[in-house]
Amino acid sequence: MMAESFEVAIVGAGVCGANIARRLSAYEIAVALMDKEADVSFGVSKANSGIVHGGFHHNKKHLKARLEIQGAMMFDRLKTELGFPFVRCGIVVVALHEDEMRAVEQLYAQGVDNGAIGIEMCSRERMLELEPKLSRDALGGLYAPGGGIVEPYRFVFSLVESAVKNGVSVFTGWDIVAAEREGDAWILHAADGRQLRARYAVNCAGLAADEVSRMFGAEDFSIKGRKGEYYLLDKLTKAKPGRVVFPVPTSVSKGMLIVPTVEGTVLIGPTASAVEDKEDAATTRLQLETILRSARNMIPDISEADVITSFAGIRPTLGDDYYIDLSAKVPALVQVAGIQSPGLTASPAIGEYVKDLLKKAGLVLVEKANWDPTVERESRARDLSLFELDELIARDPAYGEVVCRCECVTEAEIVAAIRRGHTTLDGIKYYTRAQMGRCQGGFCTYKIVKILMRETGMSCDQITKRGRASTLLRGVL
Amino acid sequence: MREMSFDCVVIGGGAAGMAAALELEARDLSVAIAEREERLGGILTQCIHNGFGLIEFNEELTGPEFAERFEERIGGRRISVFCGCTVLDMVADEGEQVLSCVSAKEGALRLRSRAVILAMGCRERNRGNVRIPGSRPAGVFTAGLAQRLVNVEGYVPGREVVIIGSGDIGLIMARRMSWIGCKVHAVVEILPYPSGLTRNIVQCLHDFDIPLYLSHLTTGIYGRDRVEGIEVAPIENAALMMGKAFKIPCDTVLLSVGLVPENELSREAGVSINPMTNGAWTDSTLMTSLPGIFACGNVLHVHDLVDYVVEEARRAGRCAAAWLEGARPCREARVKAGSNVRYVVPARVDTGRDNKLYLRTMIVKNDAILEVRIDGKVLLSSRKNHVQPSEMLTLTLGKAQLAAAAELPDAAVEISIQ
Repeated sequence: MMAESFEVAIVGAGVCGANIARRLSAYEIAVALMDKEADVSFGVSKANSGIVHGGFHHNKKHLKARLEIQGAMMFDRLKTELGFPFVRCGIVVVALHEDEMRAVEQLYAQGVDNGAIGIEMCSRERMLELEPKLSRDALGGLYAPGGGIVEPYRFVFSLVESAVKNGVSVFTGWDIVAAEREGDAWILHAADGRQLRARYAVNCAGLAADEVSRMFGAEDFSIKGRKGEYYLLDKLTKAKPGRVVFPVPTSVSKGMLIVPTVEGTVLIGPTASAVEDKEDAATTRLQLETILRSARNMIPDISEADVITSFAGIRPTLGDDYYIDLSAKVPALVQVAGIQSPGLTASPAIGEYVKDLLKKAGLVLVEKANWDPTVERESRARDLSLFELDELIARDPAYGEVVCRCECVTEAEIVAAIRRGHTTLDGIKYYTRAQMGRCQGGFCTYKIVKILMRETGMSCDQITKRGRASTLLRGVL
Repeated sequence: MREMSFDCVVIGGGAAGMAAALELEARDLSVAIAEREERLGGILTQCIHNGFGLIEFNEELTGPEFAERFEERIGGRRISVFCGCTVLDMVADEGEQVLSCVSAKEGALRLRSRAVILAMGCRERNRGNVRIPGSRPAGVFTAGLAQRLVNVEGYVPGREVVIIGSGDIGLIMARRMSWIGCKVHAVVEILPYPSGLTRNIVQCLHDFDIPLYLSHLTTGIYGRDRVEGIEVAPIENAALMMGKAFKIPCDTVLLSVGLVPENELSREAGVSINPMTNGAWTDSTLMTSLPGIFACGNVLHVHDLVDYVVEEARRAGRCAAAWLEGARPCREARVKAGSNVRYVVPARVDTGRDNKLYLRTMIVKNDAILEVRIDGKVLLSSRKNHVQPSEMLTLTLGKAQLAAAAELPDAAVEISIQ
């Protein structure tokens, strides 16, 4: 079998892979982006805090701090070009004891040193003025106005759409099992027998980056999973802050935060516990109780009555810093491993950094004359005025069919998601928000199943929640 | 964009909405129903079991039959019905309510009216609401979604089933899944007593030998892609006994863990909500905290029988009509939930006429006494053979009984169960 040939093959279509692919799409090279899951952004990138960090949590002696600061600056332009949900709402760190105030001073000094714009120390009065819902126990803290919130999967989807528009080939369900050197290229093999050839490979396989490195015969390292559990609260919660609220960090994590999400819900978490099984994203009773307790320390109005769902994500950890470099053992392989927090924030800068590494390794980069950085966004019913909706429905009546009542998602938006290749229930959920609201799909799941069958020709037992064996139905009556 | 005016718009075309609209139309008022689904009937259309209508029609009907009888009545009247029409928001404008709606057929439209009746029904509580931990595989459905998939769409959601919660829909689905050849391994209930009606425990569980685990908490759902089982642990003396936890293998989990009135539209419009019912606070005429906006049926509080929904909705329809004609309650007294009572609806009584009250107890008891007091004085005391939280109680307080309250400036009528 003749394998399709590319200049660069990117293993893993999470936020790093997507940024790298999009960055490389600006050049006259053939690029492939592969992921083992049924859709892009289905791994580490789908379940995290969705934060653009404030540039004060890490010391810039670390690569991750430098990439964080650089990456954070790139979001405004990316949003203009790609239209994903992103708001620079600011971040506060709340100190509840005198000792914590000392730690906050350290963070402030670090932030100033990192060049975090507008960072300030806050007295109790200033803190409560910024965030009136904070506990009366707050002693003060830190405010970083440059921090923000982003919908992580929508960010990845936009990047991938932009990459595809500029010629990148995306392969989902492409589960790499082997890599071999043939002449001056890599031949990559997938579990289902597919192959492709590439002059250069990039390993950004997230939790599986260690296994993928071994497949290439490259460095031997071990990615450990660290589980973070979250609760999502209803839009109508009384406890929604205006900014991201952080506690004072500990030695292992930045602590459990309270995030007002871009779409109006509130996210609380994450916990941080080491896990043996990197696929074990189960939530646990004890950890979930810890989240509520910790969040209530900062905002007492947080109520379990507002919880609409809980979930967990696994973060790939590898020592103190990111490992982004050319492999020293094998040729033409870039390793992008251990991208835990602040990975999302750093990811645009990682795209840039990896592009430079590839260039250093000899990849010839010639800019495309017709590179188009923008992608068009379909209209979303919930963003439109009634007059605009009326006009839209006249052109496409599917905009008048509200499928998901909780998030106001119309049939037209579901169809658009399917046509862009999101053909699992979770893919449609992350793309459109249908099933993501307070009823969690109780009312709309059967409607989405019917639209999916109609649009794709799938039978009812081919519909899955997120690919693989996650089939939803077991046949017809 | 079309804009239309009515005396009253009813939001929701289920049993409550239809019953309320019929009352208004009978008084020669112009009325519209905005229903988001393609047809009237609400949740009744997927409840193909019987047991509906014993009070209303004096016979046992299925849900769709019950709905059809009301649809037929609507058909013969001057009621404007907008099906496939979702109400996006409701705002007050110069003494009127303006509803912004969308529908594939009509495009966007604005419905204006002096009165609005909220009849949007309720939704099922989901896994997140009751915070069941574990993995998140395919195969976890709310019982109502499973009911829709089986009864209307004709799909089998799974073969080996466990039901968490013993609400009525869960019990009905235990029987339904057994009938289509699936194995229902257990119903797991956290409380020491069932959450559904006794008749459903007998007809849906006992008759099919389905075990009911009372006082058991579901401590986890497991399975990577598809559900592989759940883990449950008993609660003894109010403590969770993790040492006695056990697993029940299954490929499907149905949740029947309670219903919540769907009041997001009302909340955003500024209607005050009673945290005990998750429905609106209303006066004795079922009018909410916003003048001209009334509520009835499951959006006001969750009922156990559609017959009660219809009764309450007719009252809302009559009261809205009277309000449109200028009537206002003359003298009201506050109603308070006392010992062992979760809530009483409505929260006010009109001391000048008969008032029907709906209440739920918090306890299971034989030979209970229902007591009504005004300022500590017992006004009425009646014996109930058996009370339990799943069975709604009703009570009518007349003008004569409320005379004492009429004389006191800030009287509270307290209802308790002993």
